[in-house]
This record gives sequence, C-alpha cells and structure tokens, in this order.
Amino acid sequence: MLPDHAKLLALLQDAGEVVGRKKWQKIVYICKKLELPLQEKYTFHMYGPYSEELSMRTEELCSLGFVSERKETKAGYYQYRYQLTEEGNTFLQNMQLDWPRRQAEAITSRLNEYSSRFLELVSTMLYFDDLPKDDVKEKVHKLKKSQNYSNADMEEAWGLIDSLKETI
Amino acid sequence: MREGNRKLQEEKVFKDPVHRYIHIRDELIWDLIGTREFQRMRRIRQLGTTFLTFHGAEHTRFNHSMGVYEIMRRIIEVFDGRPHWQQEERLLCLSAALLHDIGHGPYSHSFEKVFQTDHEWWTRKIITGDTEVNQVLRRMGENFPQDVADVIEKTYPNKLVVSMISSQIDADRMDYLQRDAYYTGVSYGHFDMERILRVMRPTEDQAVIKNTGMHAVEDYIMSRYQMYWQVYFHPVTRSAEVILSKILQRVKKLRENGYDFFQQPYHFQRFFEGTQTLEDYLCLDESVITYYFQMWQFEDDSILRDLCQRFLNRRLFKFVEFSQNFLLNKWTKLQELFREAGIDPDYYLVIDSSSDLPYDFYRPGEEEERMPIHLLMPNGRLRELSRESDLVEAISGKKRTDHKLYYPKEWLETPGYEKTKQEIKDMLFSDNEQGEPKQQAQEWFKYEGGSQ
Repeated sequence: MLPDHAKLLALLQDAGEVVGRKKWQKIVYICKKLELPLQEKYTFHMYGPYSEELSMRTEELCSLGFVSERKETKAGYYQYRYQLTEEGNTFLQNMQLDWPRRQAEAITSRLNEYSSRFLELVSTMLYFDDLPKDDVKEKVHKLKKSQNYSNADMEEAWGLIDSLKETI
Repeated sequence: MREGNRKLQEEKVFKDPVHRYIHIRDELIWDLIGTREFQRMRRIRQLGTTFLTFHGAEHTRFNHSMGVYEIMRRIIEVFDGRPHWQQEERLLCLSAALLHDIGHGPYSHSFEKVFQTDHEWWTRKIITGDTEVNQVLRRMGENFPQDVADVIEKTYPNKLVVSMISSQIDADRMDYLQRDAYYTGVSYGHFDMERILRVMRPTEDQAVIKNTGMHAVEDYIMSRYQMYWQVYFHPVTRSAEVILSKILQRVKKLRENGYDFFQQPYHFQRFFEGTQTLEDYLCLDESVITYYFQMWQFEDDSILRDLCQRFLNRRLFKFVEFSQNFLLNKWTKLQELFREAGIDPDYYLVIDSSSDLPYDFYRPGEEEERMPIHLLMPNGRLRELSRESDLVEAISGKKRTDHKLYYPKEWLETPGYEKTKQEIKDMLFSDNEQGEPKQQAQEWFKYEGGSQ
C-alpha cells in the first residue's frame, strides 16, 4: 500500500486539482506511459485505458480523508472534482517520497488544459505506441468510431505526446 | 461456419457441478482443451490462497474456463438470428471465452506484484506465440489467433463481442461468482443466470438486458457485492496472500544479496533477471511453488524459513483495522518499535488495502470511466442500471474500501523486549479514541475454517 497511494497524492498535488474521474484516469495513464513511477495496472476499456486499481485507490484516499471529492451536477450528468486535503499533504510529507516533482508538474499542468475526450484520444494512442503511426491511426478509427476523432485531433495529440516526451 | 473448423461426429459432454453439463460440438474447442497450455490450468487454483480460509475452494482455472465457455455458448444461442449479432463471430467468442485466463500463473496476483509480470501479457503470448494453442487456432486462419487475443485484450473492433467476455455483466463474472460460491460453500453468490441469459440482447456496442429482467440483474449485483465482502476480501485469505508475497519478496532479496540457498530457486532464476521465456512461465504451477516452500522451510535464513512454515502450516498473521489518524501519527513509530523488538517490519508489518485485490464492484460509469450495465427500455432506449434500480443505486453508493494491518500477533507474547512489545500492543489495540485501530481479528479468524 502506502508508497503507491502516496505517489497518487504527489501527482494530484502537482496537478493542483483534477475535474472528472475520466480525466484523472487518463492523466495517471499518460504520466505512467511517460515513465513517472506510478504502479496502477491499466487495461483497455470502452473509453480507452482504464485502471480499476486507480479507481479503488482514489476511493481509499477519499475515505481516509487525504483527497477531497466533490460531486457536481452538470447538465444531465455528474462530475467529480478532486483535490489534496491538508491531511493528505501532511501524510505526503511524512512519507518522504522520491518523486520527480518538476516533470510531474510540467506534465500535469499541460494535461489539465485538455478535455477528457481529448485525453481519451491521447491515452488510446499511447496504449498502441508499439505500433507504427499509421496503424495507430487505424486502431483509433476502428475502436473510437463513436468519438469521431478527426485527423486534426490526431495531429494535435501527436504534437502533445512529442512535446511531453521532451519534458522528461 | 469458419473454415478450419469441423463439427465433432459426436457431441462431447463434460459434467460440471455449476452448469450441470458443458457441451462441445466444435473440433476447434475440443482440440484447444487438449493443448498442454490449457491442461496446465488444472494445476492453478482459481482463487489462489482462498482454500486456506474456505477449504472447498480447490477449484482451478481449468474448471472456470470451461464454465465461461459454456455460458458464452448459451449466450450465443440466445443471440442467434437477432440484429447486431454476426454468427460468424461464434467461434471467435467461444475461443476467447475458453482462453481468457490461460496466461494466469500460480498465485498470479502475488507473483505478478513481486516479479512485475502481467498475466494478460502472457495470455497474448500463449495465443499468438509458438504454442499448441496457437497451432490449433491457426487452423481457422492466419489472423484468427490475433483476433482471439484482441477480444481478450478488449481491443477487438466489434465491441459487442468484447462485452460478452469482459464487461460488468459477462460470461466470465457469471461463471466465477457461481463457481466460487459453490466451491467455497457460501450461500450467497447465487443468482438466476437462466433468466439473465433469456433477457440478454445484442446491441452495436454491448450486450444489454431487457428491462423486464432488471430484478434478475439486481440479484446478480447483490451476489457480486456479497461475494466481494464475504469471500474475495476475506481477511484470512488476505493474510495468506500477504505471507505469500513476502516469501517471494524475501527470496528475491536473498538472491540479490548473494545468499547461498540449500534449495536454489531454479524455476525463478530468469524471473529475477527479467529474461524469462514463455517456456519458463509455462513450467511454473502451484505444485512447483509449493515444492520450493517445502524445501525453504529448512533454510538458514530465519525470515524465509519462518514465512514458508507459516504459509504451509497456516500460521497466519493477525490484523487490525486502522484509520487516517493512525497513518498520520503512529505508522512511522510503529515500524521503529518493530525494529527495536527485533522484528523486521518489511516482512512482519504489512498494510493490505482493498485496492491490492484484483476484484471490483459495480460502477455506474457516471463519467464514462467505465461502461455500465444498460437496461433496454420498452421504447428502445438504454438506461443505466442504477438509474432504474433503487437497490443497485444504494449499493453503488456504499463504502467499499478497507485497510488492514497484518502482523505476527503471537510474537508479541514471546519473551524478550517486553517493554517495546507492550508499547506495540498499546498502539495496535488502543481503542480509546475515535479513529484508532481496533482489534477485530478474533471475530474473523473464528469464521469459516479460520479458527486457528
């Protein structure tokens, strides 16, 4: 337990605030793919890479009072807002974690600017990053038909991935 | 029918305690069952260390895989001829159902954590690599093994097919809930699967349930909820799992330190180096692991010796629950006290959380983090289950996390370091203020074969 939980707290602290469970899922996945030392196990799902372990750990951090979760009602749907609490901050300090704060801050601040829909695209592309670019494109079109991503979306996603890789 | 498959001259029937009969009509399926990789699953228990809590839980990945195949076969019977269902996907679905767990190793949950491997990766390797399974699948076409692997990995373009084997109500879960309930002997875990199958309908993206079947699905969700708390999250099983992980962790550490084993860990050698081959992986099963534990009971290293004896003789750790206050104010001190008392906290003071377990609860997927169960309403629209069912909504909102701190309680009663041990006990068992850890172990350990 503890070190893996603490890493999520550190990431959330660096991100400041994350709005949306799906966005949180994708941010953690992208950070993991960029080799931040996160341990959550991901598998592919309807909406791209998803980690049940992350969902559970986040619930645990909320029930321990280290993360605050605020449920907001939007037009016809719910949205969750996550922030580190004071107690979470104290716990993190006690853990004395070896954590690449500078990179994490740089990556999360960029990712936080994008919608969860776009991060779904980025994380899906990273999931297939062992394939040539054209095959990735084909995969996205086949698996994400309903999201209707355009070529411009894909180009923007490649651009973001490349610039994030430079950050590390 | 896909090319490469023939119907068997006579249908083969397996007796099964959960589904009564498992019917095989395709030569492809029959031949897959006969491969050495599939037969290996007879030597890997479905529920890992749960047999130490519920002594009936000796069933294997083999039994479960056969059961998932049978449920898939029945789902396809219901779907046949309906819109969105393509009958040419039948053998793909049956093969994926049969092979979905083929990459699991012995005690795979603990093994994977320590050796950083992944059973899903091994599943792909077994299906697409140089194996008997692959040879059989290739009779159906060059791409067929890859299609089967994609279905299991959930990256196959036909999402309906994926959802039949892997979603929040799928053939896999419907089998393991019933099978695990049957073999553990618990009375929960049962639900009306026949009814669910009758009202399951194919759509473009997933298998959905006609709204008239909502109560059968509620029953399924309740079973799932109860099985998680009563079987899968059982603290005695988790104690055994903790000890198992610590044995593997200790062996890894000893090897790094150049320790001279009486019984060299030959089967683990390449896993330590990260150079393991598929053949290395296939050689591992629970008998092999148990053999090493037997031998390591006699090692010079006192930690490895003790942990193996504990596992084999079921001398498990006890536990307390804890809260935020404990983590903020006492955790570090407690580790220091353990060191002071000559007990290595890296092996004997272990936190285990619900997120460490490979099971999940129903999630309504409010923010598209995960696809929920959908009901097909009379007007043809889909509604997420918890929006229609008060019962499911109530369960979805319930607390579902817990943390336990495991330790060797009997050592705190042995002579030596009495003052420090008393301090440890005071920290572990203090009950005076809210939020302190509370001792709940006794009640659990008396439960269901956990009386030692």
